[in-house]
Amino acid sequence: MCLAVPARVKTVEGKEAVVDFGGVQKRISLGILYGVKKGDHVLVHAGFAIGKVKKAEAEETLAALEELKNVTKDYKP
Amino acid sequence: MKKANIKLMEVCGTHTMAIAKAGIKKMLPGWIELVSGPGCPVCVTSQGDIDRAIEVARTKGVIMTTFGDMMRVPGTKASLEDTRRDGCDVRVVYSCRDALDIAGNNPGKKVVFMGVGFETTSPTVAATILEAKKKKISNFFVLSNFKLIFPALEAIARSKKLKIDGFICPGHVSVITGSIPYEKVAKRYRKPCVITGFEAADIFEGIGNLTKQVRMGTSKVEIAYRRAVRKDGNRLAKKIIGSVFKTSDCEWRGLGVIRKSGLKLKKEFREFDGEKEFDVKLPAIQKKKGCLCAEVLQGLKSPEDCKLFKKTCRPENPVGPCMVSSEGTCAAYYKYGDA
Repeated sequence: MCLAVPARVKTVEGKEAVVDFGGVQKRISLGILYGVKKGDHVLVHAGFAIGKVKKAEAEETLAALEELKNVTKDYKP
Repeated sequence: MKKANIKLMEVCGTHTMAIAKAGIKKMLPGWIELVSGPGCPVCVTSQGDIDRAIEVARTKGVIMTTFGDMMRVPGTKASLEDTRRDGCDVRVVYSCRDALDIAGNNPGKKVVFMGVGFETTSPTVAATILEAKKKKISNFFVLSNFKLIFPALEAIARSKKLKIDGFICPGHVSVITGSIPYEKVAKRYRKPCVITGFEAADIFEGIGNLTKQVRMGTSKVEIAYRRAVRKDGNRLAKKIIGSVFKTSDCEWRGLGVIRKSGLKLKKEFREFDGEKEFDVKLPAIQKKKGCLCAEVLQGLKSPEDCKLFKKTCRPENPVGPCMVSSEGTCAAYYKYGDA
């Protein structure tokens, strides 16, 4: 239930924002997070942005995921 | 297989599901054992709290709202889903704000949000209560069953029955709380804590870092989920929790009453407090016979130790909450096996 999904901020209007989850757009609240700007990546939980995702570290994880794909490609349980 | 000599607990239900889905247990060497913890909010909600929500939902003029996972959790006599089938107005919402919108659109009804969750969820509800106060919405109420994860972590760290070597700590709770509250668990109980993300690569990193610490005999707090978690967390969210809620003693299914582990509304927000608004009579609680959810939630038993598992207790007809919740340990074992 503590699921939070990363999304990109498209527009900010006061305490609300429209975010994009890789194609699906949704209006969310910015009521519990300071300083969200257009273009930021945020984690969304229950209709609220709860934290920002740092771009450099996110890319690092994506690279690790790619690497994992290669490792598990030949894995036979 | 060599007997496990490093036992790690994944505290969070979202981790339990991610571990099962990716088949991580099968990829680990036999000497590392993972056990599931109490971090599925649906699963640890006490039967009495569910009974209360059901009784409030049965009250005339009430629209009950809650998260989807709560619908099928059996109370003593019924679930919220059964209550809806009986003709009561019970609705699933994605966000507490949706419940506030329903209240705005139904001024003649009392709209109640049955809230469960940890530090990730409680600030979203606190912010909604502040919004309701600002907009002067007087027909919106919250049944607050929110819990704090740290008192439960300490209870498990203290436990003599279960010897845990380290904690895979919940990533999204930590987005709000930051890493500082784990210092006490790490120092006082000498348990390494690694805040971990939810991708398979993240989970391997968390397990790797913990294993290293156990081998080296250290007990530090590390943030492996660096892209989202900062040491001091989300300050605004923490401030909002503190302005709306106060801590109280709270009953956890499986763990019993833990001191100051729950959140209730402060008296300044009494007008939104569902427990104060609805004085309902609760049925006497009967424990489900044979159900091992309480032991599973403490990491003491595996779902496969339960005689009901896969027999009378199945996702379409769950006996205990660990089978109901999509993040429950029993549901994860049912869907993916002991992966």
